[in-house]
Amino acid sequence: MHELVTSFRDSLENMDRVGAENIFRQALNTLTPIKAVEQVVVPALEAIGDAWESGDIALSQVYMSGRFCEQLVDQSLPPSDPDRKHQPRSAIVVLSDYHMLGKRIVYSVMRASGFELFDYGRMDVDELVERAIADKLRVLLISVLILPSALKVRQVCDRLKAANVPIKVMVGGAPFMFDEQMWRDVGADAMGRNAAEAVSIVNAWMGEMQ
Amino acid sequence: MNSMQRTLTALGQKEADRVPLFLLTTLHGAKELNLSIEDYFSCAEHVIEGQLQLLKKYRSDCLYGFFYASIEIEAWGGSTIYLPDGPPLCGPPIIKTRSDIDSLQAPGVAASKPLARVLETLRGLKARVGDTVPIIGVAISPFSLPIMQMGFDRYLELLFEDRARFERLMEINIEFCVEWSNAQLEAGATAICYFDPMSSTTNIPRELYLSTGQQVAKRTLSRIKGATATHMASGRCLPILGDIAETGTAVVGVSALEDLAKLKNAANKRVSLLGNLNAIEMRRWTPAEVELKVKRAIAMAGPGGGFILGENHGEVPWQVPDETLLAIADAVERWGQYPLDWVKDWTDPG
Repeated sequence: MHELVTSFRDSLENMDRVGAENIFRQALNTLTPIKAVEQVVVPALEAIGDAWESGDIALSQVYMSGRFCEQLVDQSLPPSDPDRKHQPRSAIVVLSDYHMLGKRIVYSVMRASGFELFDYGRMDVDELVERAIADKLRVLLISVLILPSALKVRQVCDRLKAANVPIKVMVGGAPFMFDEQMWRDVGADAMGRNAAEAVSIVNAWMGEMQ
Repeated sequence: MNSMQRTLTALGQKEADRVPLFLLTTLHGAKELNLSIEDYFSCAEHVIEGQLQLLKKYRSDCLYGFFYASIEIEAWGGSTIYLPDGPPLCGPPIIKTRSDIDSLQAPGVAASKPLARVLETLRGLKARVGDTVPIIGVAISPFSLPIMQMGFDRYLELLFEDRARFERLMEINIEFCVEWSNAQLEAGATAICYFDPMSSTTNIPRELYLSTGQQVAKRTLSRIKGATATHMASGRCLPILGDIAETGTAVVGVSALEDLAKLKNAANKRVSLLGNLNAIEMRRWTPAEVELKVKRAIAMAGPGGGFILGENHGEVPWQVPDETLLAIADAVERWGQYPLDWVKDWTDPG
């Protein structure tokens, strides 16, 4: 399986769609779709995320890999598949910001990892808090690029806490990468350094919530 | 030495009287004049006055003619979204579908009112300081401008999926960038800061840079009639520093995510470095932390010249307090005087 993951990751990093698709189909010969996702796609995307964080590969490779895996997984594990359903109600949003790429990458990688989640697009604090409560979310992923937006996460967390709703908040984006203390300062429950780490954290939270 | 002499000496890979300090403050000018950010940037006189006050207050070695990145997009017919406490952001993309590129035309610089405000600012600053202080103009690189023109995700898809339209977009953007840069130099800018975060290895792999961003930079910078500094706007560049030097740029603005000593070694006197204080983190630095960060940066990159101390993004965030910026200036005066005899005996406390 390790070789399969390595080959799949290499194909993704080199934008070799045909190669990646062939490897995924090979995995489907012996695994169910959800197992192929868990044992091939997720580890490859985790490795790609780690490589980006350490500066060994570029954001363009992360984005195109996530987008392609999302399409690949949608073909074999449609959104209505029962295997996707035992998950906490989750959403992803860009908070008070207009830079959408980070959210797009995390959304793709979450879906490529078998998750279904609401895509809230861009929202300000009031709208986000109301919607999160109305949707009975258990997990909220917040993406930002600029510092003022990152600092506004504090308002979201305070309002959710005041409403006494059990939502876990994970943040991600450049300000949190440049100041590793900031996610705690704004009251988040975790920071995802890359999209694959976001998947790992949500997986861990799922375990805690069961 | 005055700021111009200090800077030129450093760029000549020699030691000046002290390490030059480029505090690239923009939004802080609005604070100085007690104006909203939108009001501040609506008038060249505001920015001239703001920059001159900031120069005196923070003892920086440059004036910064930069308003905000999306002012270029305004010239292309786009819009800007103002925030009360952050940099103005770019509105909806002007290129909505790839086929829009087929009929896209670059705007004339002379016809753009927003760009005219910047040119008026540069003329005003030049009239006030002459050749004593470097005045930095800014142009977004033709290779990075599409992030605002069409959105980052669609631009990446274009780059990988439609190379013919990508090339056409580069042709158009290069013409605009050259005209815009030269207009700023004519108005009084000493040099052009060529913002090119797309070329950073944070965003694209080196092989792709060599066939795209580097080629675009070579074609553009060779036609700009003055000195240029390439800025990565917080992105990494260590693996391509030598490749950036080949584009003809004089300075590279580098990231806090990379080791300044390794960058200095890689630069190898081919380019000077600007950086790399962490612009996000500095809002909460104590005076002692400021001193340590400044001291560390100078120890790593100051010896021999070829280094300008600054933050790593190309713009000091609104949230960074006066005390921090003043403490940076104090620390540079204390630890940046050449010769840097203290460096050889200094142990970084970590």
